[in-house]
Amino acid sequence: MVEAAPGRTAAYRAILGARLRSQLVYRTSFALDVAGSTMVALTDFVEVYVIFHNVPTLGGLDAAAAFLVFGLGTLGFALGNAVCGELDGMPQYIRTGTLEVLLLRPIPLLAQIITGDVRLKRFGGAAVGVVVLVVGLRWTHVHWTPARVVLVVISPLAGAVLFGAVFLAAGAVQFWLVDAADVTDGFTYGSAYAARYSSAALPLPVRLLFAFVVPAAFTAYLPALALLGLPGPPWLPAWLGWCAPGVGVLAWGAALLMWRSGVRHYTGAGG
Amino acid sequence: MGARAVLALVRAGFRRHTSYRAAILGGAATNSMFGLLRAGIVTATLASAGGHLGGYAAAGGIAYVWISQALVAPLQIFTWDDLAVRVRSGDLAVDLLRPVDLQLLYGAQDLGRALALTLPRGLPPLAVGALTFGLALPTDPRAYLFGLTAVVLGAGVSFACRYLVNLSAVWLLDVRGVLTLYVTVTGVLCGLVVPVRWFPPWLATVDAATPFPAMLQAPADILTGRVHGTAVAGVLAVQVAWLAAMLAAGQLVQRAAARRLVVQGG
Repeated sequence: MVEAAPGRTAAYRAILGARLRSQLVYRTSFALDVAGSTMVALTDFVEVYVIFHNVPTLGGLDAAAAFLVFGLGTLGFALGNAVCGELDGMPQYIRTGTLEVLLLRPIPLLAQIITGDVRLKRFGGAAVGVVVLVVGLRWTHVHWTPARVVLVVISPLAGAVLFGAVFLAAGAVQFWLVDAADVTDGFTYGSAYAARYSSAALPLPVRLLFAFVVPAAFTAYLPALALLGLPGPPWLPAWLGWCAPGVGVLAWGAALLMWRSGVRHYTGAGG
Repeated sequence: MGARAVLALVRAGFRRHTSYRAAILGGAATNSMFGLLRAGIVTATLASAGGHLGGYAAAGGIAYVWISQALVAPLQIFTWDDLAVRVRSGDLAVDLLRPVDLQLLYGAQDLGRALALTLPRGLPPLAVGALTFGLALPTDPRAYLFGLTAVVLGAGVSFACRYLVNLSAVWLLDVRGVLTLYVTVTGVLCGLVVPVRWFPPWLATVDAATPFPAMLQAPADILTGRVHGTAVAGVLAVQVAWLAAMLAAGQLVQRAAARRLVVQGG
């Protein structure tokens, strides 16, 4: 296995390089896609703007803290979506039989699908996340400690990992339910929506669902509580905000188990 | 072009969209999930505002969320590119050969789609809302009669706007960017993301000059009982006016498009 490693890295590098270059060939289309991704994130922000135009706090957070949560959630989701969003296409892979072609190649299925389309256009949404995050950070007056600096850098990355796990689990479900993107959208895009708001604003069962089953709260709300030194609502103590990377590892473990059992369950679409 | 042919087109659209039952159920599940999240956010917003905001008390805000989630599919608030795809593939040339006006051809099928999806995509989110947050709906049967009329008119306005956006493919070919822009703007301005009554004054002014509130806000206002009595007539009249204006614009652009159309390939 060790000897095979360089060849394998080269193969991945070639695939990734080709995919990234191919997105840049049609300049106008790429620019429009980036603009589209930016617009989607801006629309999400309008919702926050309209709410805080009307009320001073939502779910225990003022506008500044809400910006922080929105920024972290949007950035984490954009990064996770850029890398793992292609798993959204699993229903098409299965229905059209493309999956059989991928299964024949000597590279693990998951690695092929993920490297198959790293979506650079998502960086439009990431840019909106960064801007709102920076505004939130300056506005909230975080009492900076070395640990909190590490936390603010790690949180969007942990968020990307967590959202990646959600995409992976949603992709794995498609092996059992034919064309079930309509169902799993509620979890993938629902988790992105839940991540942008204070979890304290959600009723308890929904709050727990989007914290401990779909780990949306760990991507933005809980790290923001830890950064600001705020207490959390019932069932979500603020110290959980430091646990996002660990939860990310757990989530990937669970999602990978689902994926593996899905691939074993798969019998082909009769292509 | 007889009424029989139009009816046949409406029926075809209806059947096409009732064939995939699993997809209908799945979509309803996602609408319900977003309903749970949105109802939570709206409830917390109203609590923070002291119980009332923009004419909504808690029960009205929650009803608004579930009604709007129930109407997302019938009103087709999200992407629709059937026509743009046919422009790009050149199949539009086939459509133009048919003895039916192009707008009527697509509009009748879209009406069938809206009618097909109203109950199967609408009732599940309403049931979930009633079981979780509780759902206070009007007791006056006229609210439902006028409300469903407003849904049909709203679906018409939605179609007329989507038709225009799709026709831009005749000039642009690649309309993904335009479609994304359209969907995001619609989501905000039709009142799906937050009720239009919560907009800051400048955004409310901009919004009032667009057809978007006539899609979702109008039927939602009537079905939640927020607008009642004689005011209903005013809301329906505005919808009819926007429908007529957007369909007329579609006819104009369609005529220009037919002259401009270049079928790609052989």
